[in-house]
Amino acid sequence: MADLTGADLTAAKAQDDVAAPPSATRRGGAAGLVRWDTVVGALLAILLLCSFGFVGDFGHTLNLSFLIGNTLPMALIALPMTMLVAAGEIDLSVGSVAGLSGAVMGSLWNAGMAIETIIPLCLLLGLVCGLVNGLLVTRLGLPSLAVTIGTMAAYRGIAQIVLGSNSVTDFLQPYLDFGSGRIPGTFLPYAAIPWAVLAVIAVLVLHATGVGRSLFAVGASAEAAWFAGIRVKRLRLSMFAATGVVSALTGVFWVLHYASARYDNATGLELSVIAAVLLGGVDFDGGKGTLGGAIAGVFLLGTLQNTMSLVDVSAQSQTVVTGVLLVVSVLGPRAGRQLARTVARRRSAGSGNAPVTSG
Amino acid sequence: MTHSEPDGVPVLALEGVSRSFGAVRALQDVSVRLFPGEAHALAGENGAGKSTLIKTLAGVHRPDKGRVLLDGRPVVFHGPADARDAGVAVIYQEPTLFPDLSVAENLFMGRQPRRSLGRVDHAAVRSATARLFQQLGVDLDPDRPARGLSIADQQLVEIAKALSFDARVLIMDEPTAALTGSEVARLFRVVRTLLERGAAVLFISHRLEEVFALCQRVTTLRDGRLVSSEPVAGLTEDGLVRRMVGRDLDELYPKQPAELGEVALSVRRLTREGVFTDVSFDVRAGEIVGLAGLVGAGRSEVARAVFGVDRWDAGEVLVDGVALTRGAPSKAIAAGMALVPEDRRAQGLVMEMSIARNIGLTGLRATTTAGLMNRGAERDRALDWAVRLQVKFARLADTVGTLSGGNQQKVVLAKWLATGPRVLIVDEPTRGIDVGTKAEVHRLLSHLAGQGVAVLMISSDLPEILGMADRVLVMHEGRITAEIPRAEATEETVMTAATGRERSAA
Amino acid sequence: MTTALGGSAQQDAPAGSGRAGLLDQVLKIRELAIGAVLVLMLAATELDNGSFLSVQGIKDLLLNASILVLVATGQALVVITRNVDLSVGSVLGITAFAAGDILQGGGNPVLAVLAAVGLGIAFGLLNGLLVSIGQVPALVVTLGTLYIVRGVDSLWVGSREITANNLPASYSGFGHDGLWAIPYLGLLAAAVLVVAALYLRHYRSGRELYALGSSPEAARLAGVPIRRRVLTAYLLCGALAGLAGALYLARFGNVDSGTGTGYELTVVSAVVVGGVAFTGGSGSVHGAALGALLLTSINSVLPAIGVSSVWVLAIDGVLLLAAITVDRLTALRVARLLRNRAAATRSLRDHPAQTRSLRHG
Ligand SMILES: Nc1ncnc2c1ncn2[C@@H]1O[C@H](COP(=O)(O)OP(=O)(O)OP(=O)(O)O)[C@@H](O)[C@H]1O
Ligand SMILES: [Mg+2]
Repeated sequence: MADLTGADLTAAKAQDDVAAPPSATRRGGAAGLVRWDTVVGALLAILLLCSFGFVGDFGHTLNLSFLIGNTLPMALIALPMTMLVAAGEIDLSVGSVAGLSGAVMGSLWNAGMAIETIIPLCLLLGLVCGLVNGLLVTRLGLPSLAVTIGTMAAYRGIAQIVLGSNSVTDFLQPYLDFGSGRIPGTFLPYAAIPWAVLAVIAVLVLHATGVGRSLFAVGASAEAAWFAGIRVKRLRLSMFAATGVVSALTGVFWVLHYASARYDNATGLELSVIAAVLLGGVDFDGGKGTLGGAIAGVFLLGTLQNTMSLVDVSAQSQTVVTGVLLVVSVLGPRAGRQLARTVARRRSAGSGNAPVTSG
Repeated sequence: MTHSEPDGVPVLALEGVSRSFGAVRALQDVSVRLFPGEAHALAGENGAGKSTLIKTLAGVHRPDKGRVLLDGRPVVFHGPADARDAGVAVIYQEPTLFPDLSVAENLFMGRQPRRSLGRVDHAAVRSATARLFQQLGVDLDPDRPARGLSIADQQLVEIAKALSFDARVLIMDEPTAALTGSEVARLFRVVRTLLERGAAVLFISHRLEEVFALCQRVTTLRDGRLVSSEPVAGLTEDGLVRRMVGRDLDELYPKQPAELGEVALSVRRLTREGVFTDVSFDVRAGEIVGLAGLVGAGRSEVARAVFGVDRWDAGEVLVDGVALTRGAPSKAIAAGMALVPEDRRAQGLVMEMSIARNIGLTGLRATTTAGLMNRGAERDRALDWAVRLQVKFARLADTVGTLSGGNQQKVVLAKWLATGPRVLIVDEPTRGIDVGTKAEVHRLLSHLAGQGVAVLMISSDLPEILGMADRVLVMHEGRITAEIPRAEATEETVMTAATGRERSAA
Repeated sequence: MTTALGGSAQQDAPAGSGRAGLLDQVLKIRELAIGAVLVLMLAATELDNGSFLSVQGIKDLLLNASILVLVATGQALVVITRNVDLSVGSVLGITAFAAGDILQGGGNPVLAVLAAVGLGIAFGLLNGLLVSIGQVPALVVTLGTLYIVRGVDSLWVGSREITANNLPASYSGFGHDGLWAIPYLGLLAAAVLVVAALYLRHYRSGRELYALGSSPEAARLAGVPIRRRVLTAYLLCGALAGLAGALYLARFGNVDSGTGTGYELTVVSAVVVGGVAFTGGSGSVHGAALGALLLTSINSVLPAIGVSSVWVLAIDGVLLLAAITVDRLTALRVARLLRNRAAATRSLRDHPAQTRSLRHG
């Protein structure tokens, strides 16, 4: 929420000396006087600087393209997920949809179909998966958490039925090159281009169109949004559909990037995406957050993992660090608020009388 | 101005209290003293600081400067629980109930009667609730969940809750805003009994006649400062208004005779099963039609269905002769309809969003160029209406939740008037709005009607209906029971139809 | 996420003046629907495979369910307060290993169980303090502690592993035996369940859990000690996860650093299927327990009717969806029924031939 500067919200909260109850507390996207997504961005910048400076292998073209390639699945799904979460919903089936799309891709390839036909089919499948989620949520009024836990199992299960425990690896080299190759002369993987395009679209939609405005309104108060003439159900449905399509796309990318189609591709991806989005300051109660924050969160996690691997931090310790980061990400703004409160208290105690501001 | 106060020690008092929110000084050096057996009114425009004062007394806010005195001794309330334990019962301006719990549990949460082994005595909770409801004449099932109660019913539940405390101090922030005359009368009866028993009462209402009917003393605030504190006797309504607003007021019901055009809104045999039945009426361009009835008669429900928020089961709604799709507010808006809903906090506003964005929500199309939002246009549109309706705010980017109740209501009005509707349905448009602005809103409605807008006005404030409507429809138990032209509409005729009694003369 | 149900639930709430016990009726029938799905499924399986509901069959069913029931009960307490604890799977894993470690070193079984519960309480305390005092969103914090506890578990356990033959026979016995078809674990879970249900229904502090989940703002104004209650819920949830860890060890004997991974989602599904709303303030522990029973039954039913293992996961998911759908449809139907009945009684109460003097002007 760009024009809602963190400062005034903080001031209002900070002045309220009866502590708000825990679950009513929202991260106002503010730490002291700075918005949280900016903080995450700054953290990412600092981390990048440190990594470039102190970790020898970090700056290598190969490593950077590795980093980006490994982070792209998360980065792709984070785009629609942020919008979905802004609208107050969640989709836990994204990893399974990606797995299913990969499995279908593999079996169609085995059946001798051309990649050019397979990919649209996979995207269509993703659309169907997303619509199923969305229809169950909007038509029946079921909680999205429950629905997508169910479809998470169902889609993964279908992937298993489709491909069994086989893995398909014999894709043609040009396609694999797209998944893992780099734009000549840079460290950017080819796949970063479609991602960048999608990211620009997503940022525009969420932050510069009526649709985005409506999404935030729906997330903050579905009832008030409905009274304002926003088609709440349709909007939510289309977000689920978009999430499905992007997840399927991610599945395709996954197969090409790792040159392997298996039913258990992208297992657990949903938790990483959600962790990254949360880290970026998107509020899972809906109504708040920025895509910039979510993207910064994704790359912060990705870079951190990459750097830690380079300096030989064990996978287990990386898990701990991820967890600590998440906890700190929510405690940080809170501590900032506390600080702002003390400062404001001191300041207002010292000031005299001034006329009431009015509009 | 100093006037004699009752002798003795005030039960509860504020002394030189100041309180700011960021840059907004909601209270400045305000003192109030509440005495046993006295009903004390608090008057002031929207945003004058009344609710802030009450929340300070209730321990929700702590004063930046000044003290709270209990029985003459300074106290610090660390939270609402402290104030409650000290015998202060509060009805807040906005009902805060537990939607998932039964009405009875809502009343007694945290202080349920107990039986052996410390278990909650559910039967006692229920019967105590039923007793309270009976005393107040409330027809609610103690076992039903609070979710889905109308604002008026919620307010009645809050009242019952406050009364159940048997408190020494009863503080009421606009308890009557959504109530009709008969409910108010019953409330006052109960409050008077409490007064006789020696309770102190602090009462806020923008309906000045209620202040004169109930209270012995009135304290007036303006812009967070104390203007006066004096006995009600010897004060006139005009005098009180002058103190509140700082100037004389124009006419409260500036109704101009209407020039009626074509039928703009036509509702034909509309039925929603179990809610309302066979509702038919027309509203012509330029006409203000009042929809009266007791709380629970189904007025708001009809409005919601007409606008498409709820589906209807049978019948049809036509705007300019074109039938609307049922259950589609977006279609209704496209056809030129607007609804200012009864519950501003849940339905009218997205509380966490800014003033500008709330007003902008109804104009997403209008402020979009080439697919992208035009922030400047959105801001201008919001500012234009916020200023026209005299919303009192610090910045348009402030969250709407920080506004005073009446100013929130103005934002809802702004949001819908900005769409330039041709059929305007207003459900309690002046709930919680001060007299000055109320006159302003009335002038606006009258002006809109003059420009050919068809207005359907629901109000529990009977004088408002009588003062503004060209024609009054009366609902009772989900049906329209009478249609009374302006010339024949009196309190008597409307109430007769509203209570379902047979009309003596037709 | 918590708004998922909000909008629609509000519109579905039966309008008009209700009849006595309306709230209870709807809730009861909600749980009945899950129960019915469960019974139907088990009956169908029994028809197909006669040995499914043998004494041993029932015992296995209950054994599988009881651990999930325990964790789901704890989770329900937290979810009712409009929070969530995603770290239960990790906590279960680490406490199971801790108990195993003690037993392997020749420790007393009671001590092992107490240690597991104590460790669970410690993690509950951590979560509870972060959420209640730190006032940070539960979802983020407990996702964080999920990772932290899992990471610590892996660092500590490494590639070690506890196997059943390292455990005292009495301990494993407790995990398998029982009175006739009822395993001890089931009895224990049932006891915990009953205590939790009584607490939630009949004690002020239990009711306050619902209150603060239903509306934190109203709870604050009503003077509910919010922090203390939230902390209590997390402590209980942690304790039950710890207890479940010790029982997991007794039941399965095998524990390594991966134990309990992904379990949080199973628990959350059990709770949601059982009708505990993530918007807080509604649902019950016995609902959550029924949900847990349903989920584990689905898992036992499929192999019993000879479904190939490749199909199990998909059918699992579909059945889960079917269960919540059926539950939801029943709830909607019931709400509509009650609304119409309320309307019918109301119009009967009024004079059936209402005098309507409609005048057209
Ligand atoms: N939590 C808050 N944060 C920021 N500003 C606030 C807050 N609460 C109140 N204010 C501001 O303090 C001023 C006084 O508000 P208050 O609610 O006391 O008015 P009021 O007299 O009750 O008005 P009304 O008649 O409209 O209810 C207003 O300008 C309001 O915007
Ligand atoms: Mg107020």
